[in-house]
Amino acid sequence: MGELRLMKGNEVLAEAAIRCGCDGYFGYPITPQSEVMETLMARQPWNETGMTVLQAESEVASINMVYGAAATGKKIMTSSSSPGISLMAEGISYIAGAELPCLIVNVQRGGPGLGTIQPSQADYFQSVKGGGHGDYKMIVLAPASVQEMNDFVDLGFELAFKYRNPAMILADGAIGQMMEKVELADQKPRWTKEQILEMSSDWATTGKTADRKKNIVTSLEMDSDKMEENNRRFQEKYRKMEEEEVRYEAIQCDDAEFVIVAFGTSARVCQKAVEIARAKGLKVGLLRPITLFPFPKKAIQELARKAKGFLSVEMSAGQMVEDIKLSVYEAGSNARVNHFGRMGGIIPTPTEVVEALEEKFSWELSYGVKRSY
Amino acid sequence: MDIKEIIKPENLVYQKSEVLNDDIMHYCPGCSHGVVHKILAELIEEMGLQEKTIGIAPVGCAVFAYNYIDIDWQEAAHGRAPAVATGVARVNPDNFVFTYQGDGDLASIGAAEIMHACNRGENILVVFINNGIYGMTGGQMAPTTLEGMVTATTPYGRNVDLNGYPMKITNLIAQLPGTSYVTRQAVHTAATARKCKRSLKKAIQNVLDKKGTSFVEVVSTCNSGWKMSPVEANNWMEENMIPYYPLGDLKDSVKGEHSEN
Repeated sequence: MGELRLMKGNEVLAEAAIRCGCDGYFGYPITPQSEVMETLMARQPWNETGMTVLQAESEVASINMVYGAAATGKKIMTSSSSPGISLMAEGISYIAGAELPCLIVNVQRGGPGLGTIQPSQADYFQSVKGGGHGDYKMIVLAPASVQEMNDFVDLGFELAFKYRNPAMILADGAIGQMMEKVELADQKPRWTKEQILEMSSDWATTGKTADRKKNIVTSLEMDSDKMEENNRRFQEKYRKMEEEEVRYEAIQCDDAEFVIVAFGTSARVCQKAVEIARAKGLKVGLLRPITLFPFPKKAIQELARKAKGFLSVEMSAGQMVEDIKLSVYEAGSNARVNHFGRMGGIIPTPTEVVEALEEKFSWELSYGVKRSY
Repeated sequence: MDIKEIIKPENLVYQKSEVLNDDIMHYCPGCSHGVVHKILAELIEEMGLQEKTIGIAPVGCAVFAYNYIDIDWQEAAHGRAPAVATGVARVNPDNFVFTYQGDGDLASIGAAEIMHACNRGENILVVFINNGIYGMTGGQMAPTTLEGMVTATTPYGRNVDLNGYPMKITNLIAQLPGTSYVTRQAVHTAATARKCKRSLKKAIQNVLDKKGTSFVEVVSTCNSGWKMSPVEANNWMEENMIPYYPLGDLKDSVKGEHSEN
């Protein structure tokens, strides 16, 4: 059993970064995630593990520092919140285009614009559909607890390096700010120069030695045929992620007539909503996507064979609901897909969720069968 | 006499640096980039830095710099080379890192990144090619475009009421305590090119000695963008660019020491 502590989600991100052997963190203050860099600066990991921590002049600079450092084959991360991630979008696209591994954390707040500093999940589209320009995908992990904030740092790096692709932890202000018990991992050493060369000498800019050609990290290719070829390779990589990296949690879904689909903070709320609904005699389950990209499409399609309806509960106007609809309709199911959400930094209550479910599926609840169109 | 007789080692007075690749350069004839590339390649070779150098290419005409110098390279987003170089240098303090940027990249879109990298005193070399125009995109106005100068976006000449003034960003950089050596050079004659090489060598040595950021501006020609022959462009540069951007050292110090200039 690792060390147990009571910690804030944001603090845990910092602690987990140090302990997983992260080489560098570059960031810029923004509420509600500033504790990440504050914790790192207080911990001074450069004395202990040699990890670099630097406060950049902007999010634009921090993501480009990540680009430069990640291109040397090291474990590099940044964190920010929604408006800051928008500023990073160009850099993330370059990182995806240059096929660099790195970890980006978005502790979401409400938008659009300066919005609010309260929690939100309205960056779902931005995270899973690309966000920046061009056809690219990030691996997106959605923690629903402080423990998962810890676990997903290591997992995020593992997946980022496995696919040479940016990975994102998509949290929200509630997960970032709340305190919970967390079991920390033991300190792992940072990779040695030899380990990095063994893993990445065919692409990383570690200094050109006589035994190899120069390595060039770029997303630029002026020959359209070659650029299309690059895109095909990226798409193959994303398809492989869809095959191999889907993660989700199914709670009381076995006999569920209605499936709530929710991630992160919403999933925590919906766990309680399932309890309330079950106590009322409603057969409700919860499917919690852990990876938002790749999306647990097959799990939803499997449930759609029996379920009468799906309720996507999100702290947004309804974004993930589109992916649920696509999954359900592609499977040829006529299960109905609805959405319930709160916006502007408001977290829905379990009771609200159950009421929404009863209202939106009143037809199915009255007649006991699927509604045909 | 047979050619083999002539190219005996004792007769050799000059040869192309091994660090300069054989790829055909895409630069226009008369452009200053080729000369600066050659100087950098020579210095990397002479100073034994090939294995520890990481170059950061910009967006602009020098976007393909990575094709020509035989070292590891990263291609940065427009203006972000100093941030990229910061990332590389901070987690790899034993490497020699330099950025190679044009005036649009460095003084316009990347103004924030260059100021802050220099202010932090990152141990990097910045090579700043100032030809007063956006070459790659077809000759539009740059922050350093001279007053009255005709470009694709100032077809009647740069009007300072509309476009502001030509920016002497190197003078601003010299004010920052993070910089150690800040100089403005040119490469349009053999003499200036030799002097530029001496400056770049000193700048590189400062970075290796961890004295802070070294910044070398090279006042350059863009004969295609200026719509002049190479010779006309050199003359025009001497008559117009150099009086506004005078050559010479602006600062020679170490990080943290402030020098008035």
